[in-house]
Amino acid sequence: MPFGNTHNALKMKFTSSEEYPDLSKHNNHMAKVLTPAIYERLRSKQTPSGFTLDDVIQTGVDNPGHPFIMTVGCVAGDEETYEVFKELLDPIIMDRHGGYKPTDKHKTDLNPANLKGGDDLDPNYVLSSRVRTGRSIRGFCLPPHCSRGERRAVEKMSVEALDSLSGDLKGKYYALKNMTDAEQQQLIDDHFLFDKPVSPLLLASGMARDWPDGRGIWHNDTKTFLVWVNEEDHLRVISMQKGGNMKEVFNRFCTGLKKIETLFKEKGTSFMWNEHLGYVLTCPSNLGTGLRAGVHVKIPNMSKHAKFEEVLKRLRLQKRGTGGVDTAAVGGTFDISNADRLGFSEVELVQMVVDGVKLLIEMEKKLEKGQSIDDLMPAQK
Amino acid sequence: MANSFTRILSSKRNVGILSLVGAGSLTAGFLLKREHVTAGANVRRVYPASAEYPDLRKHNNCMASHLTPAIYAKLVDKATPNGYTLDEAIQTGVDNPGHPFIKTVGMVAGDEESYEVFADLLNPVIKERHNGYDPETMTHPTDLDSSKLTSGQFDERYVLSSRVRTGRSIRGLSLPPACTRAERREVERVVVDALAGLKGDLAGKYYSLTNMTEQEQQQLIDDHFLFDKPVSPLLTCSGMARDWPDARGIWHNNTKTFLIWINEEDHTRVISMEKGGNMKRVFDRFCAGLKEVERLIQEKGWEFMWNERLGYILTCPSNLGTGLRAGVHVKLPRLSKDPRFAKILDNLRLQKRGTGGVDTAAVGSTFDISNLDRLGQSEVQLVQTVVDGVNYLIECEKKLEKGQDIKVPPPNRKFRW
Repeated sequence: MPFGNTHNALKMKFTSSEEYPDLSKHNNHMAKVLTPAIYERLRSKQTPSGFTLDDVIQTGVDNPGHPFIMTVGCVAGDEETYEVFKELLDPIIMDRHGGYKPTDKHKTDLNPANLKGGDDLDPNYVLSSRVRTGRSIRGFCLPPHCSRGERRAVEKMSVEALDSLSGDLKGKYYALKNMTDAEQQQLIDDHFLFDKPVSPLLLASGMARDWPDGRGIWHNDTKTFLVWVNEEDHLRVISMQKGGNMKEVFNRFCTGLKKIETLFKEKGTSFMWNEHLGYVLTCPSNLGTGLRAGVHVKIPNMSKHAKFEEVLKRLRLQKRGTGGVDTAAVGGTFDISNADRLGFSEVELVQMVVDGVKLLIEMEKKLEKGQSIDDLMPAQK
Repeated sequence: MANSFTRILSSKRNVGILSLVGAGSLTAGFLLKREHVTAGANVRRVYPASAEYPDLRKHNNCMASHLTPAIYAKLVDKATPNGYTLDEAIQTGVDNPGHPFIKTVGMVAGDEESYEVFADLLNPVIKERHNGYDPETMTHPTDLDSSKLTSGQFDERYVLSSRVRTGRSIRGLSLPPACTRAERREVERVVVDALAGLKGDLAGKYYSLTNMTEQEQQQLIDDHFLFDKPVSPLLTCSGMARDWPDARGIWHNNTKTFLIWINEEDHTRVISMEKGGNMKRVFDRFCAGLKEVERLIQEKGWEFMWNERLGYILTCPSNLGTGLRAGVHVKLPRLSKDPRFAKILDNLRLQKRGTGGVDTAAVGSTFDISNLDRLGQSEVQLVQTVVDGVNYLIECEKKLEKGQDIKVPPPNRKFRW
């Protein structure tokens, strides 16, 4: 179990092949990479906080995966996991993030002035715009591994930082365990409330332990900037609003993030970040920017077009239903967002979404008029 | 700049350091020192027990009733020789506050030594769950001599089936919440080896969950033998479902009257069952089978976890002692509607469940009736209690059929310590 790290000594009494998991029916990134030889080399290691190889891979062992969806199958318990277990994680990162090499450097760019356009997505088609990312507080273990004391300390520090935000970022924290019924209903109506995860992918990693202790939601008074505390990551930061002004959403996102980061620095800590992996988060799939910028957009004609998937692929975008990951689209309205997280900066990813959605809307308009979209087909980004 | 975070770090009381050698090397053990926590890069932040103590204000389980901050502080730095800790033992109870009407146990054992190392918490939990049985002063009787059972044949116009189950753990290997994959596979190997030595009406076959054919799976489902990955968060939060279905399986004899589950909630669950009301034969086979399996594992140098304070050691404290649930499926259409039914059951030291097992509702007034108690009485005594109790219930049902009145029996005081 993630929080019983002393147990690793017991495992060393058995041979590596006696402990090696049965991955014969598995289809996730971890299972593709974890050979018996790698298992043998890494199983005696621990991070300074005691996170072990078996802790990293437990979720991937317990969840063989889906034949069509390739899940990651491992998590980090602390910042050092990505170093200590790099022999396993580097190939997984490379596979998941389009060939990103162990020597590559990731560029961070949270200057919203560098975004071109993005304030004029046609509101007849774009219903809402949203940017989210995650942040981890350096020096604390991550949700799969943290103790109750650590999780509470993360909550306390985060709430103190958020309480000092002012202007249009001024807001309030709602701890999950102290919420009144009225507050809970309001948060549900606003689509802000997150609940205890039910996905076995998440549960098997240990991140739902002690729920709802140390968990909560903060949002500003105008309900356009929202922070989740201690869900899958220390912090998930979300900027959103109705309509197509992605520029404004991104402006607020960057401003808010930088203010929060400054506040943490004043308290003597910072976010987990390095120049190879960018921002460090629990799931390797969220490394780099951890950023998903997306819109809810009405494209009933485009989405039925034979070339829809191809267009998305070339634009480096992905589609989801409006309920989020793994949901189906309703009435031709899709959630369109960037497919990448690592190897591109925040500005570059939001630019891809802005430019790509603009093109999708142009194509939709052409299809409405019964015209062809062949001359609009983009090149592969 | 002193904020609450630095105040936590500088707290002088009850602070331990988990100090590990740097990344990339094996720790042979770990050092616990009572001194200030430093915020050095390679040291895990460790908070005082008060900062780690779980929030149990909305909880209603035995663990929450007995885990005071003082006991938590005393035990939180301890670990069993295998490395199992208090936080692991209580995790299921922290994650599952419980139901206002059903009081769950809220903790598990990760190995045999858990019951020693965490005795300050487990003993009061055991006492509460087992009606005042005090592990510190009392001894538990084990008696698997089924010849002592009397009147063990029920009226089959009422009793549809009879069943006795228990669990057994293999000494020296960690229990399901804590076991490594290698240990779990070792449990499977040891038990399957022993079962292969059973003969006569006990001879049977093992079906591993990972290797089962579709046909075998369907047959086991039809026989109501197949167990699946647990979905109850009470179980999954303890860690016992890790690596599913690795090293899990089902063994049963050819006549399908003796069945063993391997590596589900316990190392083994042993079940003897038949249609009809011949509880004597069910219990005979149960005892003979258990003793033979024990003999076979002893031949190879293994033994079951057992001691005279707690009897047979199992994962959940509720199953200590005999780990035995002897029950019947019985038709009681009139008695079950009588307002005195619950009191009659209680005085007879019996419990009712639906025919789907624990937490199911009865269907068409057929109930699963079994013993309430597990610890402090022997196997023979508990099965006799069920036999005597069910016979009494059938007598009540027959009386009500004839329009006669029934009596609530006096409470069986054997189990009040």
